[in-house]
Amino acid sequence: MKKIIALLLALSMIAVLSACGGSKTESKGEVNVYNWGEYIDEDIFDDFEKQTGIKVNYSTYESNETLYSILKTGGSSYDVIIPSDYMISRLISEDMLEKINFDNVPNFSLIDPAYKNLEYDPSGEYSVPYTWGTVGLIYNGDVVQEDVTSWSIMFDPQYAGQILMFDNSRDAMGIALKYLGYNQNTTDEAQLREAFDLLVQQKSILQAYVMDQIFDKMESGEAAIAPYYAGDYLVMVENNPSLKYVLPEEGSNLFVDAMCIPKGAENKENAEAFINFMCDTDIALANSEVTGYAPAGTEAMKIFSEDLDEDLYPVINPDKDVLANCDVFTNLPQETLDLYDSLWVDLKS
Amino acid sequence: MKKRQASPLGRIFMILVYLFLYAPIFVLIVFSFNSSKSRSVWTGFTFKWYTELFQDSSILSSLGTTLLVSVLSALIATLVGTIAAVGFFNMKKRWSTPLLSVNNIPVMNADIVTGVSLCLAFVAAGSFLKFKLGFGTLLIAHITFNIPYVILSVMPKLQQMDKHLVDAAQDLGCTWSQAFVKVIMPEIMPGIVNGAIIAFTMSVDDFVISYFTAGSKVQTLAMNIYSMTRKRISPKINAVSTLLFLVVMILLIIVNIRESRQNAEAERKKLKAASEP
Repeated sequence: MKKIIALLLALSMIAVLSACGGSKTESKGEVNVYNWGEYIDEDIFDDFEKQTGIKVNYSTYESNETLYSILKTGGSSYDVIIPSDYMISRLISEDMLEKINFDNVPNFSLIDPAYKNLEYDPSGEYSVPYTWGTVGLIYNGDVVQEDVTSWSIMFDPQYAGQILMFDNSRDAMGIALKYLGYNQNTTDEAQLREAFDLLVQQKSILQAYVMDQIFDKMESGEAAIAPYYAGDYLVMVENNPSLKYVLPEEGSNLFVDAMCIPKGAENKENAEAFINFMCDTDIALANSEVTGYAPAGTEAMKIFSEDLDEDLYPVINPDKDVLANCDVFTNLPQETLDLYDSLWVDLKS
Repeated sequence: MKKRQASPLGRIFMILVYLFLYAPIFVLIVFSFNSSKSRSVWTGFTFKWYTELFQDSSILSSLGTTLLVSVLSALIATLVGTIAAVGFFNMKKRWSTPLLSVNNIPVMNADIVTGVSLCLAFVAAGSFLKFKLGFGTLLIAHITFNIPYVILSVMPKLQQMDKHLVDAAQDLGCTWSQAFVKVIMPEIMPGIVNGAIIAFTMSVDDFVISYFTAGSKVQTLAMNIYSMTRKRISPKINAVSTLLFLVVMILLIIVNIRESRQNAEAERKKLKAASEP
């Protein structure tokens, strides 16, 4: 018995020591990637390791805000992160990103120029676009018989109890602002209050504020109208063919998620190699097929949309005229963010 | 003694309680066999999520991390906690009472407070001693929050034990450590095993504390599931949860059978001892 205890003690000591040792030693051949959950084809890691000999440590987050707070806390080191537009501009303004050495990213030339140097990263030194998409209006054709072209059905009492709304302030306010004809990045308090009043009116006819439950509620027919990302509509329509999609004529939100290197990354060159690898047409295509989101590469986008059904094509590749009405979120000044927070709390309570 | 018959109302109540407890798990298991990704529309029976699960490197590696950290932290916490409990037991009451209250604080404390404070402590120590958050800090965090549970489950067994047993063993020539292994250990074994099981399940369950202490290289299953909430939780998660549920259930059944056998054995011995003159 004594021996067993001694053995257990020794074993556990070894385990603790090796565990600590493991976290301390930093071998050169790895890259720490931090991405949204379910937002990559994980099989490509093997290809990357075969090609470059660099091992991928992969972990995931569920929101831009989580990513931000984890980076701010420190203590962990990431080499590649994939935040969305407005978070990139916030990270740039707080000097939390490393400039990318584009000599190590030759595949950057494959990226569609339409997504380079956007408002969130005007100099284009900090980010390489990964995927992009739009927020559109998904509705059930069996319930909504009219021809839908506008956000107006989201605010139509005729569909009371069947409408779902984003459960986050930026997207919800964004829809109201667009419906009123304003820019989604407005800092004008009067416009924001007007949008807020619209949301307060809408609340009485809403079924719920939701995020990913939108999938189930729309597929099962529990709700008939909801805004969501174009890529996710492709998944929903597979389970419920009566669902339809429209990018409202007032315009909407255009989002771009891009790869960045945070300040203090320990394997910057490996990070650049990984980013370069991700821009490769075949790899980008593999990712888009798994996630449903459109790739930022010109060639990859062409093949991706050719593979789609004809009626799904405009969902992923919207009309350039409507796209011109869409805004890309940028970081808002602190006082506007505070106003968003207080309005949102008022709305939800 | 006459066995009391449960009233119909009591039975309905009991059925309702079990329904609330197990219906969600039942739904989860059923939808792990659904052929589409939907969580509300049944589209046909399939095993594909189980085969996909075993090809999904991120779920498997996070499951591996969860199991490894749970087993290691449960083992170490059981060892440390048992030794600590024996120490408390042999202390003067004046000292052990306040120390035990201090031991209870982490149990009652909100996870988020434990998580944030551990994270800050690790980050501060890390900048000093040059280490980063990782598996090591995750394991230390889990051991830390597991120890109080082990102490809480071992203490009562020590208090139930006849203190004179140890004296008797030592009178009969045992050294203290022999007495510990041969007399105390068998007496408090059920408490130790319980403590280890509680520690293990606490570790598997934990999300908040892991979230703050895991760093950039490892991720537990709970963290992985949480990060899927923007897109949609994949049915692979239903599959892995079903498997975990089955493993835990089998484990509990084994523990229960063992316990009831031991109880029956003890009962028989007692009867035998009583019947002998």
